[in-house]
Amino acid sequence: MGDAEIIPIGTRGRPGRGTGETKPSANSRSLAAKSPASPATKPPAQKSVQEVAQKSVQVPRQQGPNPAAKTAPTTGPNSGPKPAPISGPNPPSAEPSPGAETKETDDRPTVLASRPPVTTDHRHPDPGIPPLEWLSALTSASKEVFGENWEPRLAQFLAFLRRRLTGDYTLDVYGFDQEVTERFLLAAMRPIAKKWFRVEVLGAENIPTEGGALVVSNHSGTIPVDGMMTAVSIRDHTGRFLRPLGADLVFRLPIIGDLARKGGATLACNEDAERMLRGGELVGVWPEGFKGIGKPFGERYKLQRFGRGGFVSAAIRTGVPIIPTSVVGAEEIYPLVGNIPSLARLLGVPYLPITPLFPLLGPLGLIPLPSKWLIEFGEPIRTDEYDAGAADDPMLVFNVTDQVRESIQQTLYTLLMKRKSVFS
Amino acid sequence: MGQVVLVTGVAGDLGRRFAAQLSRSPGVERVIGVDVVPPRGDLSGADFVRVDIRNPVIAKVIVRERVDTVVHTSVEATAAAAGGRTSTKELNVIGTMQLLAACQQAPDVHKLVLKSSAAFYGASNRDPAMFTEGMSAKRLPGSGFAKDVNEVEAYTRGFARRRPDVAVTVLRFANVIGPRITSAMTGYFRLPVIPTVLGFNPRLQFLHEQDALDVLEHATFTDTAGTFNVAGDGILTLAQAVRRIGRPSLPLPGFAVPTFGSAIRQTHVADFSAEQVAFLTFGRGLDTTRMRSMLGFDPSFTTAHAFADFASSLSPGILSPTRVRATEKALVGALTPGGGDRRG
Repeated sequence: MGDAEIIPIGTRGRPGRGTGETKPSANSRSLAAKSPASPATKPPAQKSVQEVAQKSVQVPRQQGPNPAAKTAPTTGPNSGPKPAPISGPNPPSAEPSPGAETKETDDRPTVLASRPPVTTDHRHPDPGIPPLEWLSALTSASKEVFGENWEPRLAQFLAFLRRRLTGDYTLDVYGFDQEVTERFLLAAMRPIAKKWFRVEVLGAENIPTEGGALVVSNHSGTIPVDGMMTAVSIRDHTGRFLRPLGADLVFRLPIIGDLARKGGATLACNEDAERMLRGGELVGVWPEGFKGIGKPFGERYKLQRFGRGGFVSAAIRTGVPIIPTSVVGAEEIYPLVGNIPSLARLLGVPYLPITPLFPLLGPLGLIPLPSKWLIEFGEPIRTDEYDAGAADDPMLVFNVTDQVRESIQQTLYTLLMKRKSVFS
Repeated sequence: MGQVVLVTGVAGDLGRRFAAQLSRSPGVERVIGVDVVPPRGDLSGADFVRVDIRNPVIAKVIVRERVDTVVHTSVEATAAAAGGRTSTKELNVIGTMQLLAACQQAPDVHKLVLKSSAAFYGASNRDPAMFTEGMSAKRLPGSGFAKDVNEVEAYTRGFARRRPDVAVTVLRFANVIGPRITSAMTGYFRLPVIPTVLGFNPRLQFLHEQDALDVLEHATFTDTAGTFNVAGDGILTLAQAVRRIGRPSLPLPGFAVPTFGSAIRQTHVADFSAEQVAFLTFGRGLDTTRMRSMLGFDPSFTTAHAFADFASSLSPGILSPTRVRATEKALVGALTPGGGDRRG
């Protein structure tokens, strides 16, 4: 508000510097001579000060939503003692602050006559924002962000920040960070699942509410988005975290590997699968692997080979149920129409996709097509009736693997019949 | 009559303190510490014999002193201490061969404890989350300390086969950490700015130095043979650890780390060998079920507590937890009138 009051005093509405006049402006005259100005200039100056003082009431409109409540402009909404905003903002320097100046002229106009003219000091008010105004701005900003109940929520948020900054959080042995997963990873995926893919979940009651279980799903979509969507759906429908098993490539990639571990993933190997299942986790596995997500668009919804059946032997050894899961919709998000095997080999990735939009549109091509998704969790396949030695019986393992694969394939066909079109 | 224990590697910090602790133990009649250089600190009641374990003289010492228990702690990772990688390898591998040859000829020996390292398992993106004792490295190490450890353990297994009457206990230690010990890991965390590999956040496990001494002592007195992982419970990620000591970290892209690492290695402050870089990229976890169930040892420090004890010996960094907490308190106090004590 300092500038709003001071500017008219020097120029009084007349053109100032740089207008081409031969006579120096009033402003530059006062700059040159420090002698007391003629009394004639005083009364208008005082008048303008008063005008401006009235104007200045409107100024805080930019800072706070409620100008009427701010007749004392520097005072924040927490309305500290009145002298504080006046003395508070003043830096301990020799030059007078504009705020203090105006207050004085308002109260005692007679003093003004004996004062030296307004100098450039006044025309260039301190560029800094007084701390209390920072505070009021912060307060109103946090009201905007956190709503009515902002105080405890802001404190909670700061406590969260503090915990992260001091490393004061606990992870499980796989590196699963429940807080980050819940607050960021799942929170970021949820709107995509709900609004973009409009994921419809069927048979969520087939997921046990506690104890170990193995979710076995088809894999498609060039980028493993289906895994994330399944994780979000399971979290929203059963309250459990899905612990995905990922390929070793995932853990070789910087940032992605770290995020995968934070999100609860671990390496797809029998040791980790069995350890997690014994620990009573809900483990997700995509046995098709890269053959599944990297298959051409023409082969959509045709299940590939289900690995070597390692997931079945892990389930049999730990005696947990297998939940066959069918995901419809992921095939269409990035229709893979081509592949550059030579470049893929060079980069050390299993395939380098060409979709109708990628790399044609560059990064825009990375936006998935908004296909309609259906996720169905099938009837659990029990493995606890087999004895532990059954896991080493290859024929039995192959049979169970085929049973799971068939179950998923049939459900895929049913779901495809059910879906009206790809995008609705 | 108590045991006569030979401890190798007493010039090293851990070996010396173990010899001293063991000599105060009531079940031990005599502790003989051997190394190529005299220990720099107090050996308490232990005797020091200056002998190189790469030399057949060690066999004479074992026979003459009627040693019945050998604790081999001189397999060291830090190349700087022994004056270069070549001589470290000599000491580790040839020393172990010679020591085991001497033990094989000594009829009195009935117990051998080998201090090994979790570096045995290596570190890669194909590792399971937790290594059990039955697993081995996914990629066999071509060089470096990990290869030493693999060879030393192979010789020890051979010795156990040839002398079935000797109870051989191999202890694979996680990174030993604590306020007094100096190792590659403590040197790393003492750096003013901690270089990390960009985009990777390895899981680390620590073993407190006192637990390391205690488990060696425990293994000396039990007849349980076998290989055991020894580590504190739980894990810490590198980012967590760095934040807990409040030091700034410097993420370097993976390809720049070896260059930077060799520059750091010149200073002898911290170890940045290829395997250490792999460890700082992928991390490692040890399954310690067998340590509890079969060896019957319970570490008194978890990984987090061991690290906290180590961190208390460091001067707090610029982002130290106390400072962050003070800032938070000030912010909350300023923003909520009269609500400074609120916590989420």
